Amino acid sequence: MEPIGIAKELQKKFPDSISEITTHRGQVALMVERTPIVEMCRVLKTDYQMNHLNCLCGVDNLSRKMAHGERFEVVYQLYSIQNRVTLRLKAQVPESDPSIDSITCLWSGANWLERETYDFFGIVFNGHPNLQRILTAEGWEGYPLRKEYALRGDTEWKGFIELKEKARQLSKFDFYGAQVEQE
Amino acid sequence: MEKGGIAMGKMNNNLVQIADGIKIIPGASAIVAPLNKLINWGRAGSIWPATFGLACCAIEMMVAGSSTNDLDRFGIIFRASPRQADCLILAGTITKKMAPVVRRVYDQMPEPRYVLAMGSCACTGGVFDTYAVVQGADEFLPVDVYIPGCPPRPEALLQGLMKLQEKIMQEQGRWSQLV
Repeated sequence: MEPIGIAKELQKKFPDSISEITTHRGQVALMVERTPIVEMCRVLKTDYQMNHLNCLCGVDNLSRKMAHGERFEVVYQLYSIQNRVTLRLKAQVPESDPSIDSITCLWSGANWLERETYDFFGIVFNGHPNLQRILTAEGWEGYPLRKEYALRGDTEWKGFIELKEKARQLSKFDFYGAQVEQE
Repeated sequence: MEKGGIAMGKMNNNLVQIADGIKIIPGASAIVAPLNKLINWGRAGSIWPATFGLACCAIEMMVAGSSTNDLDRFGIIFRASPRQADCLILAGTITKKMAPVVRRVYDQMPEPRYVLAMGSCACTGGVFDTYAVVQGADEFLPVDVYIPGCPPRPEALLQGLMKLQEKIMQEQGRWSQLV
C-alpha cells in the first residue's frame, strides 16, 4: 500500500487525533496528537508492517515562521522493510507540559533515541525504563537544543570549572609553572 | 700516564661535531658535551607522543606517521600509553565532556612532558564557538606548540614537531630540581 493510503486509513481509525496529512516530495507526514501515540504506532506496526523505527527526534518550533501546532514536536520516522514504505508522525507536545508516552514497549531501540530527545529538549517520555541524559556531560544543566538556550551556554558546566581549578592547582608542579613560582 | 695524556690530546683534535655543542670521539664510542645539551639533544631526537585523536585531525596525524612523511626518522614513535610518552598531541576538537579525560592522560605522563595542540579546534575551539566545546586546550593544559590549520597537513605537523625540537634544544636544566 502507498504511504498516503496508510495515512488515510489511519485517519479513519483515529479521526480526532490526526489533524493534518501533508505530502512533500513524496514524503507523507501526519500531524498527530500526543495522547494515542503508542496505540497509533502499534496499529502501524502490526496492521501495516511498519516494523522499523528509523529515527526519533525532537523539534523546537519556537522561532519557526508560519508555525501552527504546539511548540515542541516529537518526530517518528517509520519504515516498513517488507513493503518499502516510509511514514512520518509528528506528535505535538505543548510547552506547558513537555511529555509524551514512551514507545520503548514497541521498539526497544527507541530507548536511547528518547533519552537523546530528553537530553536536548527536556521532553519527558512517560514509561521509559531509564530516562537519563545520554550525550551531555554528567551534571549538565539546561536543554541545549531549545531555542532559548544560548549558543555558548547560559552557565559554565560545573565539571569544566572544577577542571580549570584543578589545572591551576597542578600547574605549580609543571616545570615552567614551578619556575614562575620561584621567581 | 704521560703517554695516555698525549693520546687523549690527539683525540681531542679529532672531535667531530654531530650537533650544536655535541661532539663524538671517532672510534672511541664517547660523546663530549655539556650535560644540558646532551640531555636536550637526546630528548629532541626521541619524542615519543601519546596520541589523542579527537576528530579529523587524527587522520592527518596518522598520515604523518605513515611511510610518505615518516615520523620515525625524527625518532618519533607513537606510544599507546601516556606512561611511556613525553609529548601529547591533541589532534581535534576537545569537547568539555572529553576535557577531564584529556587532562587525566596528561597527568599520567611523566616529566619531561610537552603538549602539542594540533588544528584550529585544539588551539582555539575553531568554528565550534559553542556550549559544548573547549575554546582552546590552553584553558586547562600548558600548550607548548600550536599548529594552525583545519586540519593541518602532515607537513604542518612535522613543522610543529620540529618547532618542539627547537624548544627542547633551548631548555636549561630540565633534568634536576637542583639546577
